[in-house]
Amino acid sequence: MLKSFRIGGIHPQENKLSAGMAIQPVAVPEQVVLPLLQHIGAPCQPVVRKGDKVKVGSLIGKSVGFVSAQIHSSVSGTVLKIDKAMDASGYKRDAVFIKVEEDAWEEQIDRSDELVTECSLTPKEILDRIAAAGIVGMGGATFPTHVKLTPPPGTKAELLIINGVECEPYLTSDHQLMMEKSDEILVGITLVMSVLNVQRAIIGIENNKKDAVSLFTKKVAAYPGIEVQPLKVQYPQGSEKQLIDALTGRQVPSGALPISVGAVVQNVGTLFAIYEAVQKNKPLVERVVTVTGKEVQRPCNLRARIGTPLTKLIDAAGGLPENTGKVISGGPMMGKALASVDIPVTKGTSGILMLPTPEAKRKAMNDCIRCGKCVQVCPMGLNPTLLMTLTEYEVWERAEKNAITDCIECGSCSYTCPAYRPLLDYIRLGKSKVNGIIRARKN
Amino acid sequence: MSVILAAVATLGAIGAGSAGILYLVSQKFKVEEDPRIQEVQDALPAANCGGCGFPGCAAFAAACVHAESLEGLNCPVGGQETMDRVAAILGQTASKTTKKIAVVRCSGSCEERPRQNLYDGASRCSIAAALYGGDTGCSFGCLGLGDCVDACTFDAIHMNPETMLPEVDEDKCTACGACVKACPKDIIELRKQGPRSRRIYVSCVNEDKGGVARKACNVACIGCSKCQQVCPFDAITMENNLAYIIDDKCRLCRKCAPVCPTNSILEINFPPRKETPPAAKEKEVPITA
Amino acid sequence: MEQKLIVSPSPHIHSGDTIQKNMVAVLIALIPAFLVALYTFRLDALLITALSVLFCVGFEYLIVRFVMKKEPTIPDGSAIITGVLLAFNVPAGLPVWILALGCLFAIGVVKLSFGGLGNNIFNPAIAGRIFLLISFPAQMTSWPATAIADTATDAVSSATVLGLLKQSPEALEALPLQQMFLGLEPGSLGEMSAAALLLGLIFLLWKKVITWHIPVTILGTVALFTGILFLIDPLPQYNPLIHLFSGGLMLGAIFMATDYVTSPLTKKGMIIYGVGIGFVTVAIRLWGAYPEGISFAILLMNAFTPLINSYTTPKRFGEVVKNG
Repeated sequence: MLKSFRIGGIHPQENKLSAGMAIQPVAVPEQVVLPLLQHIGAPCQPVVRKGDKVKVGSLIGKSVGFVSAQIHSSVSGTVLKIDKAMDASGYKRDAVFIKVEEDAWEEQIDRSDELVTECSLTPKEILDRIAAAGIVGMGGATFPTHVKLTPPPGTKAELLIINGVECEPYLTSDHQLMMEKSDEILVGITLVMSVLNVQRAIIGIENNKKDAVSLFTKKVAAYPGIEVQPLKVQYPQGSEKQLIDALTGRQVPSGALPISVGAVVQNVGTLFAIYEAVQKNKPLVERVVTVTGKEVQRPCNLRARIGTPLTKLIDAAGGLPENTGKVISGGPMMGKALASVDIPVTKGTSGILMLPTPEAKRKAMNDCIRCGKCVQVCPMGLNPTLLMTLTEYEVWERAEKNAITDCIECGSCSYTCPAYRPLLDYIRLGKSKVNGIIRARKN
Repeated sequence: MSVILAAVATLGAIGAGSAGILYLVSQKFKVEEDPRIQEVQDALPAANCGGCGFPGCAAFAAACVHAESLEGLNCPVGGQETMDRVAAILGQTASKTTKKIAVVRCSGSCEERPRQNLYDGASRCSIAAALYGGDTGCSFGCLGLGDCVDACTFDAIHMNPETMLPEVDEDKCTACGACVKACPKDIIELRKQGPRSRRIYVSCVNEDKGGVARKACNVACIGCSKCQQVCPFDAITMENNLAYIIDDKCRLCRKCAPVCPTNSILEINFPPRKETPPAAKEKEVPITA
Repeated sequence: MEQKLIVSPSPHIHSGDTIQKNMVAVLIALIPAFLVALYTFRLDALLITALSVLFCVGFEYLIVRFVMKKEPTIPDGSAIITGVLLAFNVPAGLPVWILALGCLFAIGVVKLSFGGLGNNIFNPAIAGRIFLLISFPAQMTSWPATAIADTATDAVSSATVLGLLKQSPEALEALPLQQMFLGLEPGSLGEMSAAALLLGLIFLLWKKVITWHIPVTILGTVALFTGILFLIDPLPQYNPLIHLFSGGLMLGAIFMATDYVTSPLTKKGMIIYGVGIGFVTVAIRLWGAYPEGISFAILLMNAFTPLINSYTTPKRFGEVVKNG
């Protein structure tokens, strides 16, 4: 029996069309748009002005406040303007527009492919480099990594968990990265272990990536304290709380952070970025993006500079299929549907998924038949149909009592509902309202 | 016959006995309440809309009775008349209030503001607003899913199926403010109803720069500040590329509306203009970028 | 771009499960029981089932269309199931007008007056059956002898096993267990064969239309309760096997009590609900005025479902195990 989390869960069709496709670089575009908010937290303050010359890796956005991440130029060229630009949220936000000229990199960046395993930095210095490189959670959550690696006072990490699950259907960027950059990821793990001062790390990989499991099992022999654990293919295995449960049997209590059970979870993409930042002095200026869809000509895994227009990536995969109804940034379960493809790749863009119209259109909703299937699949042990009704009628006290704030927005309920009820749409609304009420009460 | 009599007698006795107990209990546990609260409550419209800021008319009535003065207490539904009556009951004077009305500050109908994508989520403005900027190029304007309509307890606001914009029924609107709270885009505002229901307001809340706003919507305020320059009463402010007419200062002189290059200033219930508006209006569309 | 993109909140894919698919699965699961009925009652079974479905679907269409003035809800298939289940709960040879009345009550009063599928408190088929049983006790309990047992004589009324147990348990010296299991003892149309109904259960569990919780707890409670009594005092009316295989227990436990709308949402709730049904069924069978109690038990527990739902919360993540 493979390990898995214990409550609920679903198994959607995996559709990993781009599995095994080697990561290809995308040509540097003529112009990039770098939004100043690419992470959870406060937007960056621009430190360049119109007409400034920048190189790859030059700082262009300085983080303000602790929960924030620096933003660097991903190209060399001239700053055209700082203006509003649409991002994946569908809102226009401040962004730096850079016209690309040549491909000059900042001198301190080591661009060679040579593996550097030795690190003479102290944990504090490593952490500072991670912060300086603007690294965020690459799985899509985009929470600033240096914040996550700084346990709040009074808590102590005991275990590092590496998320190589990639439970979202279609997406393969993490899988491919694991296959191609296993050594770099392992060095990244040792760096983070020294930052957190933990002796043990577990790499959790869903068992549909058997090649990655065997590759890492072979390689971890050289790294004491690192283990590999294959996991049952079940969504949302890659959710932080579920992954900790599956690997350690510990359940993070409601409203608490993973550190409360001594665990810190990092995505494999983040670890690769940490390796590059610490060992190669390279800030986060590019990432791997899966471009996929059933009708897409060449589903693929691409390495793109941050700020590259999505259209460039879509073209690299053979263009937007004719009957595309929906373009999603991220996976089909938790990704964001885009109002327009004229937006840039950001730090959190793990995939671009094009769904054909018939699949994209939601079916008409019926009355709830109380089949309880949403209750059975909810990985947090909530009662989605009740929470939806409570939100509809704005009964916030009861919604709070029924732990609406525990919802991880995995979408298993809406996915399962035979009456096609938009359960998560409402629960998400209710969750934010209740969170607002809780915040107001504290103040 | 005797059976019937016995039944009547027994039931009657039980009834009388119970009535006696009820009477005694109600006497013993009587709650002394200011009788004026009931009187005030009777004077109120009993809409229980919460527009006064209290949960229902009974709570408002109690608040009025317990308050030192009626300053700040206002029933938006009943208006001045009701408050005067309440004041008379309590032997106080009501503060002067002006009748207000809900105003939808968006004119971006389907024609003026073309849809750029298709929203397919749950049919609630609040859900769509949390998701993204909306199905048009304007991320400030009306989403057209009718949260305001659902919120109105007076049946005073309705979706116009052609424009997909809400329309306020002047006769029914009580300015309770439920729609203002419901709108996630803060488009609806309570404004003075004005003499003979005449009022002028900027029907746009788009804070984008002129060019961007104009591209998304034909009737967007582009922040050209022409209206501000023409206003003789300093009633128009410009903030975030958006003009706003201050209710208290506006004297309804109607100078601003004709100079607006995008017709985003609306005049309600005015007689039609006699002379044709200045020719400038038709031409140049200045864009402050 | 020429084509407008669709935007909606996540998730963007769906399991493809529909109400209709679930209903069709239930109908398929009912086929073995229907075949047994067809074999025992011949044309009567077909006639009653077909008419019942026709009435239910017809009433639903007419009421939804002309009284509620909504889009007809026939395609979800729930009216067909109500029709089949109601037919399975009446004796073969029931006068057609009584059947029609039952369908009208089930669809019109029990289901649609509450707002239609999903909003009804009671299972329409169960409530329809009870309505008929109370209104027409004679017709509802005149069991035609099974076609195989008595092909020559057109016998009208033979007692069911449960009826015999109630009136004269000593008459049941040799227990017709095998016959009961296969469905050769008299009874309502669809409740004849425990074997056929169990086949349906296996199908429903395999297709994940229902979970084991409700049927297994009902059957388990009945077996346990009567089993304890049987151990204390081995009278034939306490024999757990008779109770399991007789009357409408199987049909009720597998197809009626598991009705999505009227059963609890959580596993905990389902178990409480199942135990309740089991207890009430046995209590009515042994000490009540009616020989059979499953319908009343289900109806009663249907009424408790909202209460059970509000008191049983699913096991929350992080609630029980903290540092296990």
